[in-house]
Amino acid sequence: MSRRAVNGLLVLAIVAVVGLALVLGAQRGESGADSYAGSDSQAMDLIESAHPAYEAWFEPLFRPESSQVESGLFALQAGLGGITLGYVVGRIHERRRRRAGEPAATPSDSAVSGRSDSSADRG
Amino acid sequence: MHIAEGFLPPLHAAGWTLAAAPFVIHGGRAVARERRERPETTLLLGAAGAFTFLLSAIKLPSITGSSSHPTGVGLGAVLFRPPVMAFLSTVVLLFQALLLAHGGLTTLGANVFSMGVAGPWTAYLVWCTVRRVNHTAAVFAAVALADLATYAITATQLALAFPDPATGFTGALAKFLAVFAVTQVPLAVVEGLLAVLVLRLLGDIARPELERLDVLPAAATRATEAPR
Repeated sequence: MSRRAVNGLLVLAIVAVVGLALVLGAQRGESGADSYAGSDSQAMDLIESAHPAYEAWFEPLFRPESSQVESGLFALQAGLGGITLGYVVGRIHERRRRRAGEPAATPSDSAVSGRSDSSADRG
Repeated sequence: MHIAEGFLPPLHAAGWTLAAAPFVIHGGRAVARERRERPETTLLLGAAGAFTFLLSAIKLPSITGSSSHPTGVGLGAVLFRPPVMAFLSTVVLLFQALLLAHGGLTTLGANVFSMGVAGPWTAYLVWCTVRRVNHTAAVFAAVALADLATYAITATQLALAFPDPATGFTGALAKFLAVFAVTQVPLAVVEGLLAVLVLRLLGDIARPELERLDVLPAAATRATEAPR
């Protein structure tokens, strides 16, 4: 199997697992506004119900009040991560291409003659 | 795996902060050393950090009907060894604590310990053990188990701080694991598959760097690369 086909299968597998989790989760979890509640907040709810006397002794300095604003900030985090990842991968790619071109041309050769040499080899 | 702000008693919060601090300081030095000694891998270091930043922001649905997020620390631990990830995780967790009210400053130590110390070290140990058998399986297992280990440690931290009135620590641990562990399984599988994919793509464009980091075996496998 070609490398590209394997990569495609990996993407398909990821989508399949998330999709399956979504379908199975819909049957088991609560419906409505509480569906797919975060496991983090479920754990904090568990503490509050098992230890009603406990009170959080420190509050976040800043808290996005609206869940819309909150998901926007999460999207911002994911976006920053994605942009950085893409930028970095692009730069690595560019570096590799430049490095791959280096050995072909001797220092005295110009880039143009190097290119015509290689095309002559192929022809 | 984020313990919310103020949700650990002061003594526990201080204890986990003290436990995590040396790993973070050591990690900061490891990042500086990496950049000094192998400047050609700095871009990959950025990729590892960005991967964690991206993955820890994405909430995915799970079979339990709840949702959770991957951690993204396993890949970086495989690439750069665990100390580096202690530092990068702290940056991510600090960002989330300050801007998203997700996690917190008082619980930063505990959260860094689970995501930045326990997760990466699990990944590294699994990676070192399984890579002798199969390279791809090692990446998958290392990253998936790092994800699971992070949440198992969070459950342990919460059970230590909030033992069940009737059944004590073990009872509480079972309850917290019930919230975290099963939910995390499909996410761990997704993160493992994604890490395998990302490492394959990086292998196409950064093979010399990955060989130098001892992630890919040096030169020998070049012949198997697909011609383009």
